[in-house]
Amino acid sequence: MKFLFAILICLLSSRAGAQAKLLSLKDFDQRLANGKDTTFVINFWATWCAPCVQELPYFERLRKENKALPLQVLLISVDSRSKLEKLVNPFIKTHQIESEVYIFDEPDQQKFIDHVDKNWRGSVPATLVVNTASSRRSFYEREFSYEELKSLTINPE
Amino acid sequence: MKKVVMSCVLLLAICMKLSAQGYTVGSVVQDFSLKNVDNKMLSPADFKSAKGFIVVFTCNTCPVAKDYENRIIALNTEYAPKGYPVIAINTNDAVASPGDSFAKMQERANEKNFSFPYLLDADQQITKRFGASHTPTVFILAKTNKGNVVEYTGAIDNDQDESNPSRSTFVKNAVNELINGKKPSVSKTKAVGCTVKWKKA
Repeated sequence: MKFLFAILICLLSSRAGAQAKLLSLKDFDQRLANGKDTTFVINFWATWCAPCVQELPYFERLRKENKALPLQVLLISVDSRSKLEKLVNPFIKTHQIESEVYIFDEPDQQKFIDHVDKNWRGSVPATLVVNTASSRRSFYEREFSYEELKSLTINPE
Repeated sequence: MKKVVMSCVLLLAICMKLSAQGYTVGSVVQDFSLKNVDNKMLSPADFKSAKGFIVVFTCNTCPVAKDYENRIIALNTEYAPKGYPVIAINTNDAVASPGDSFAKMQERANEKNFSFPYLLDADQQITKRFGASHTPTVFILAKTNKGNVVEYTGAIDNDQDESNPSRSTFVKNAVNELINGKKPSVSKTKAVGCTVKWKKA
Protein backbone atom coordinates (compact mmCIF):
# COMPACT_ATOMS: atom_id res chain seq x y z
CA MET A 1 0.00 0.00 0.00
CA LYS A 2 2.78 2.39 0.99
CA PHE A 3 4.55 1.44 -2.21
CA LEU A 4 1.50 2.25 -4.29
CA PHE A 5 1.17 5.53 -2.49
CA ALA A 6 4.80 6.35 -3.31
CA ILE A 7 4.21 5.58 -6.96
CA LEU A 8 1.17 7.80 -6.95
CA ILE A 9 3.16 10.64 -5.39
CA CYS A 10 5.89 10.16 -7.97
CA LEU A 11 3.40 10.20 -10.79
CA LEU A 12 1.70 13.28 -9.46
CA SER A 13 4.91 15.17 -8.82
CA SER A 14 6.40 14.30 -12.22
CA ARG A 15 3.18 15.45 -13.84
CA ALA A 16 3.27 18.64 -11.85
CA GLY A 17 6.87 19.17 -13.00
CA ALA A 18 5.92 19.02 -16.65
CA GLN A 19 4.41 22.48 -16.68
CA ALA A 20 5.70 25.82 -17.80
CA LYS A 21 6.39 28.38 -15.11
CA LEU A 22 6.68 32.13 -15.30
CA LEU A 23 10.22 33.42 -14.82
CA SER A 24 11.12 37.02 -14.05
CA LEU A 25 14.21 38.47 -15.70
CA LYS A 26 15.65 39.03 -12.22
CA ASP A 27 15.22 35.37 -11.24
CA PHE A 28 16.69 34.36 -14.60
CA ASP A 29 19.83 36.44 -13.96
CA GLN A 30 20.11 35.16 -10.43
CA ARG A 31 19.84 31.54 -11.45
CA LEU A 32 22.66 31.97 -13.95
CA ALA A 33 24.82 34.03 -11.59
CA ASN A 34 24.51 31.40 -8.86
CA GLY A 35 25.32 28.57 -11.25
CA LYS A 36 29.04 28.39 -10.37
CA ASP A 37 30.54 25.81 -12.74
CA THR A 38 27.18 24.76 -14.17
CA THR A 39 26.81 25.14 -17.90
CA PHE A 40 23.34 26.43 -18.68
CA VAL A 41 22.01 25.60 -22.11
CA ILE A 42 19.03 27.90 -22.61
CA ASN A 43 16.90 27.40 -25.66
CA PHE A 44 14.37 30.00 -26.80
CA TRP A 45 11.53 28.43 -28.73
CA ALA A 46 7.82 28.71 -29.46
CA THR A 47 5.00 26.26 -30.04
CA TRP A 48 4.36 27.98 -33.40
CA CYS A 49 7.98 27.68 -34.57
CA ALA A 50 8.52 24.55 -36.68
CA PRO A 51 12.35 24.48 -36.61
CA CYS A 52 12.19 24.97 -32.82
CA VAL A 53 9.83 22.04 -32.38
CA GLN A 54 12.17 19.97 -34.50
CA GLU A 55 15.24 20.68 -32.38
CA LEU A 56 13.63 20.47 -28.92
CA PRO A 57 14.35 16.72 -28.70
CA TYR A 58 18.08 17.48 -29.10
CA PHE A 59 17.98 19.56 -25.92
CA GLU A 60 16.11 16.80 -24.12
CA ARG A 61 18.69 14.29 -25.31
CA LEU A 62 21.60 16.54 -24.33
CA ARG A 63 20.27 16.73 -20.79
CA LYS A 64 19.51 13.03 -20.50
CA GLU A 65 22.87 11.91 -21.88
CA ASN A 66 24.88 14.23 -19.64
CA LYS A 67 23.26 13.85 -16.28
CA ALA A 68 26.69 13.33 -14.67
CA LEU A 69 27.89 16.74 -15.82
CA PRO A 70 27.10 20.11 -14.27
CA LEU A 71 24.76 20.91 -17.14
CA GLN A 72 21.26 22.33 -16.99
CA VAL A 73 18.85 22.72 -19.84
CA LEU A 74 16.24 25.48 -19.66
CA LEU A 75 13.61 25.76 -22.36
CA ILE A 76 12.20 29.27 -22.47
CA SER A 77 9.11 29.64 -24.60
CA VAL A 78 8.54 32.98 -26.31
CA ASP A 79 4.84 32.22 -26.68
CA SER A 80 2.73 34.93 -25.08
CA ARG A 81 2.07 34.54 -21.38
CA SER A 82 -1.61 34.24 -22.23
CA LYS A 83 -0.80 30.98 -24.08
CA LEU A 84 0.78 29.22 -21.09
CA GLU A 85 -2.26 27.15 -20.14
CA LYS A 86 -3.86 26.93 -23.55
CA LEU A 87 -0.85 26.04 -25.73
CA VAL A 88 2.42 25.60 -23.89
CA ASN A 89 1.36 23.16 -21.16
CA PRO A 90 -0.53 20.87 -23.57
CA PHE A 91 2.51 20.99 -25.87
CA ILE A 92 4.81 19.90 -23.03
CA LYS A 93 2.50 17.01 -22.36
CA THR A 94 2.09 15.75 -25.92
CA HIS A 95 5.81 16.08 -26.65
CA GLN A 96 6.69 14.53 -23.29
CA ILE A 97 9.17 17.27 -22.45
CA GLU A 98 10.91 16.71 -19.14
CA SER A 99 13.30 19.67 -19.11
CA GLU A 100 12.35 22.81 -17.22
CA VAL A 101 10.09 25.03 -19.30
CA TYR A 102 9.55 28.74 -18.65
CA ILE A 103 7.89 31.80 -20.09
CA PHE A 104 9.36 35.17 -19.20
CA ASP A 105 7.11 37.10 -16.87
CA GLU A 106 7.61 40.15 -19.09
CA PRO A 107 4.92 41.09 -21.61
CA ASP A 108 7.21 43.38 -23.60
CA GLN A 109 9.17 41.10 -25.94
CA GLN A 110 11.69 43.81 -26.66
CA LYS A 111 12.67 43.95 -23.00
CA PHE A 112 13.50 40.28 -22.71
CA ILE A 113 15.11 40.09 -26.15
CA ASP A 114 17.61 42.82 -25.28
CA HIS A 115 18.01 41.45 -21.77
CA VAL A 116 19.03 38.02 -23.05
CA ASP A 117 21.41 39.39 -25.66
CA LYS A 118 21.77 42.76 -27.37
CA ASN A 119 22.58 40.99 -30.64
CA TRP A 120 19.41 38.89 -30.62
CA ARG A 121 17.31 40.20 -33.49
CA GLY A 122 14.22 38.29 -32.40
CA SER A 123 14.35 35.09 -34.46
CA VAL A 124 13.65 31.74 -32.89
CA PRO A 125 15.09 29.24 -32.36
CA ALA A 126 17.92 30.87 -30.45
CA THR A 127 20.21 29.42 -27.81
CA LEU A 128 22.25 30.95 -25.01
CA VAL A 129 25.08 29.04 -23.33
CA VAL A 130 26.24 30.40 -19.98
CA ASN A 131 28.90 29.28 -17.56
CA THR A 132 29.52 31.75 -14.76
CA ALA A 133 32.72 30.11 -13.47
CA SER A 134 34.41 30.30 -16.88
CA SER A 135 32.73 33.62 -17.79
CA ARG A 136 31.24 32.05 -20.86
CA ARG A 137 28.21 33.62 -22.45
CA SER A 138 27.61 32.60 -26.07
CA PHE A 139 24.47 33.42 -28.00
CA TYR A 140 23.37 31.69 -31.18
CA GLU A 141 20.44 32.93 -33.25
CA ARG A 142 19.98 29.76 -35.28
CA GLU A 143 18.97 26.12 -35.17
CA PHE A 144 21.31 23.24 -34.40
CA SER A 145 21.83 19.62 -35.26
CA TYR A 146 22.35 17.39 -32.23
CA GLU A 147 26.06 17.04 -33.03
CA GLU A 148 26.52 20.80 -33.25
CA LEU A 149 24.69 21.34 -30.01
CA LYS A 150 26.77 18.73 -28.27
CA SER A 151 30.09 20.09 -29.50
CA LEU A 152 29.13 23.62 -28.43
CA THR A 153 28.10 22.68 -24.93
CA ILE A 154 30.07 19.63 -23.83
CA ASN A 155 33.80 20.35 -23.52
CA PRO A 156 33.81 23.28 -25.91
CA GLU A 157 37.22 24.52 -27.10
CA MET B 1 48.53 54.86 -28.70
CA LYS B 2 47.64 51.28 -28.02
CA LYS B 3 44.25 52.45 -26.77
CA VAL B 4 43.64 54.45 -29.94
CA VAL B 5 44.52 51.48 -32.14
CA MET B 6 42.28 49.26 -30.06
CA SER B 7 39.33 51.62 -30.32
CA CYS B 8 39.86 51.93 -34.09
CA VAL B 9 39.85 48.16 -34.42
CA LEU B 10 36.71 47.99 -32.28
CA LEU B 11 35.01 50.72 -34.30
CA LEU B 12 35.91 48.95 -37.53
CA ALA B 13 34.55 45.68 -36.17
CA ILE B 14 31.30 47.38 -35.17
CA CYS B 15 30.99 49.00 -38.62
CA MET B 16 31.62 45.67 -40.35
CA LYS B 17 29.05 44.03 -38.15
CA LEU B 18 26.48 46.70 -38.96
CA SER B 19 27.04 46.41 -42.69
CA ALA B 20 26.71 42.65 -42.42
CA GLN B 21 23.36 43.15 -40.74
CA GLY B 22 21.91 45.25 -43.56
CA TYR B 23 20.14 48.58 -43.48
CA THR B 24 19.77 50.56 -40.29
CA VAL B 25 18.10 53.87 -39.51
CA GLY B 26 19.69 56.48 -41.78
CA SER B 27 20.69 54.03 -44.55
CA VAL B 28 19.84 55.07 -48.12
CA VAL B 29 18.00 52.20 -49.79
CA GLN B 30 19.10 51.15 -53.25
CA ASP B 31 16.07 50.84 -55.54
CA PHE B 32 15.00 47.30 -56.37
CA SER B 33 12.59 45.60 -58.70
CA LEU B 34 10.75 42.38 -57.82
CA LYS B 35 7.90 40.36 -59.29
CA ASN B 36 4.52 41.12 -57.79
CA VAL B 37 1.71 38.56 -57.39
CA ASP B 38 0.13 40.08 -60.55
CA ASN B 39 3.22 38.88 -62.48
CA LYS B 40 4.43 42.44 -63.13
CA MET B 41 7.76 43.76 -61.96
CA LEU B 42 7.46 46.50 -59.37
CA SER B 43 9.86 48.85 -57.63
CA PRO B 44 9.51 51.64 -55.06
CA ALA B 45 10.50 54.12 -57.81
CA ASP B 46 7.18 53.31 -59.55
CA PHE B 47 5.27 55.05 -56.76
CA LYS B 48 5.67 58.58 -58.08
CA SER B 49 3.45 60.32 -55.55
CA ALA B 50 4.49 58.35 -52.45
CA LYS B 51 6.19 60.19 -49.61
CA GLY B 52 7.66 56.98 -48.31
CA PHE B 53 6.99 53.29 -47.79
CA ILE B 54 6.11 50.74 -45.17
CA VAL B 55 8.21 47.79 -46.36
CA VAL B 56 7.13 44.59 -44.61
CA PHE B 57 9.22 41.43 -44.85
CA THR B 58 6.73 38.67 -44.32
CA CYS B 59 5.60 35.31 -45.69
CA ASN B 60 2.62 32.98 -45.98
CA THR B 61 3.63 30.39 -43.43
CA CYS B 62 4.97 32.03 -40.28
CA PRO B 63 2.31 32.02 -37.55
CA VAL B 64 3.52 35.36 -36.23
CA ALA B 65 3.35 36.91 -39.72
CA LYS B 66 -0.14 35.46 -40.09
CA ASP B 67 -1.16 37.01 -36.77
CA TYR B 68 -0.12 40.36 -38.21
CA GLU B 69 -1.70 39.97 -41.66
CA ASN B 70 -4.84 41.96 -40.86
CA ARG B 71 -2.78 44.67 -39.22
CA ILE B 72 -0.60 44.91 -42.37
CA ILE B 73 -3.75 45.26 -44.49
CA ALA B 74 -5.03 47.95 -42.12
CA LEU B 75 -1.72 49.83 -42.32
CA ASN B 76 -2.03 50.06 -46.09
CA THR B 77 -5.68 51.10 -45.91
CA GLU B 78 -4.81 53.87 -43.50
CA TYR B 79 -1.47 55.08 -44.84
CA ALA B 80 -1.45 54.52 -48.63
CA PRO B 81 -3.81 57.49 -49.07
CA LYS B 82 -1.48 59.53 -46.83
CA GLY B 83 1.53 58.75 -49.02
CA TYR B 84 2.98 55.73 -47.18
CA PRO B 85 1.87 52.57 -49.00
CA VAL B 86 2.76 49.08 -47.81
CA ILE B 87 5.14 46.99 -49.92
CA ALA B 88 5.18 43.38 -48.69
CA ILE B 89 8.08 41.11 -49.62
CA ASN B 90 8.10 37.35 -49.10
CA THR B 91 11.47 36.44 -47.64
CA ASN B 92 11.29 32.67 -47.88
CA ASP B 93 12.78 30.22 -50.34
CA ALA B 94 10.07 28.09 -51.94
CA VAL B 95 12.17 24.91 -51.72
CA ALA B 96 12.97 25.38 -48.04
CA SER B 97 9.36 26.40 -47.39
CA PRO B 98 6.94 25.07 -50.05
CA GLY B 99 4.03 27.02 -48.54
CA ASP B 100 5.82 30.19 -49.64
CA SER B 101 5.95 29.46 -53.40
CA PHE B 102 4.88 32.14 -55.88
CA ALA B 103 1.61 30.29 -56.57
CA LYS B 104 0.87 30.15 -52.83
CA MET B 105 1.66 33.85 -52.52
CA GLN B 106 -0.86 34.59 -55.27
CA GLU B 107 -3.40 32.40 -53.52
CA ARG B 108 -2.88 34.18 -50.22
CA ALA B 109 -3.03 37.66 -51.76
CA ASN B 110 -6.31 36.68 -53.43
CA GLU B 111 -7.87 35.12 -50.36
CA LYS B 112 -7.04 38.07 -48.15
CA ASN B 113 -7.67 40.61 -50.90
CA PHE B 114 -4.28 42.31 -50.45
CA SER B 115 -4.57 45.94 -51.53
CA PHE B 116 -0.77 46.26 -51.63
CA PRO B 117 1.97 44.57 -53.66
CA TYR B 118 3.25 41.22 -52.36
CA LEU B 119 6.62 40.68 -53.96
CA LEU B 120 8.66 37.55 -54.63
CA ASP B 121 12.33 37.81 -53.61
CA ALA B 122 13.31 34.69 -55.53
CA ASP B 123 17.06 34.81 -54.87
CA GLN B 124 16.56 36.44 -51.43
CA GLN B 125 18.95 39.26 -52.39
CA ILE B 126 16.65 42.06 -51.21
CA THR B 127 15.95 40.30 -47.90
CA LYS B 128 19.72 40.03 -47.43
CA ARG B 129 20.37 43.61 -48.52
CA PHE B 130 17.89 44.95 -45.99
CA GLY B 131 19.15 42.50 -43.37
CA ALA B 132 15.74 41.10 -42.47
CA SER B 133 16.37 38.06 -40.29
CA HIS B 134 12.84 37.10 -39.38
CA THR B 135 9.22 37.65 -40.33
CA PRO B 136 7.46 39.95 -39.86
CA THR B 137 9.99 42.80 -39.96
CA VAL B 138 9.23 46.37 -41.01
CA PHE B 139 11.42 49.05 -42.58
CA ILE B 140 9.79 52.46 -42.90
CA LEU B 141 11.36 54.50 -45.68
CA ALA B 142 11.01 58.22 -46.31
CA LYS B 143 11.54 59.63 -49.78
CA THR B 144 14.21 62.36 -49.77
CA ASN B 145 16.35 63.94 -52.46
CA LYS B 146 19.10 61.49 -51.45
CA GLY B 147 16.75 58.59 -52.13
CA ASN B 148 14.64 56.42 -49.84
CA VAL B 149 16.06 56.69 -46.33
CA VAL B 150 15.35 54.16 -43.55
CA GLU B 151 13.54 55.91 -40.69
CA TYR B 152 12.41 52.92 -38.64
CA THR B 153 13.21 49.21 -38.37
CA GLY B 154 11.53 46.53 -36.33
CA ALA B 155 8.16 45.33 -35.17
CA ILE B 156 4.64 46.41 -36.13
CA ASP B 157 3.65 46.67 -32.46
CA ASN B 158 4.49 44.94 -29.18
CA ASP B 159 1.35 42.86 -28.91
CA GLN B 160 1.46 39.83 -31.18
CA ASP B 161 -1.73 38.15 -30.03
CA GLU B 162 -3.62 41.39 -29.40
CA SER B 163 -4.06 40.65 -25.73
CA ASN B 164 -2.51 43.82 -24.34
CA PRO B 165 -4.79 46.87 -24.45
CA SER B 166 -1.87 49.18 -23.66
CA ARG B 167 0.11 48.05 -26.68
CA SER B 168 2.52 50.40 -28.46
CA THR B 169 1.71 50.66 -32.15
CA PHE B 170 5.28 51.33 -33.24
CA VAL B 171 4.77 51.50 -37.00
CA LYS B 172 1.65 53.65 -36.83
CA ASN B 173 3.34 56.04 -34.41
CA ALA B 174 6.44 56.31 -36.60
CA VAL B 175 4.48 56.96 -39.82
CA ASN B 176 2.26 59.51 -38.07
CA GLU B 177 5.35 61.35 -36.91
CA LEU B 178 6.87 61.29 -40.39
CA ILE B 179 3.62 62.62 -41.87
CA ASN B 180 3.80 65.45 -39.34
CA GLY B 181 7.32 66.29 -40.46
CA LYS B 182 9.02 64.74 -37.44
CA LYS B 183 11.56 61.95 -37.03
CA PRO B 184 10.13 58.83 -35.40
CA SER B 185 10.72 59.09 -31.65
CA VAL B 186 11.11 55.30 -31.50
CA SER B 187 13.10 54.20 -34.53
CA LYS B 188 14.28 50.70 -33.63
CA THR B 189 12.28 47.96 -31.96
CA LYS B 190 12.46 44.20 -31.64
CA ALA B 191 9.96 41.38 -31.47
CA VAL B 192 10.10 37.64 -31.90
CA GLY B 193 9.40 36.15 -35.28
CA CYS B 194 10.16 33.21 -37.59
CA THR B 195 13.63 32.84 -39.00
CA VAL B 196 13.89 33.52 -42.73
CA LYS B 197 13.86 30.19 -44.56
CA TRP B 198 17.07 30.55 -46.58
CA LYS B 199 17.82 28.67 -49.77
CA LYS B 200 19.90 25.62 -48.89
CA ALA B 201 23.38 25.83 -50.37
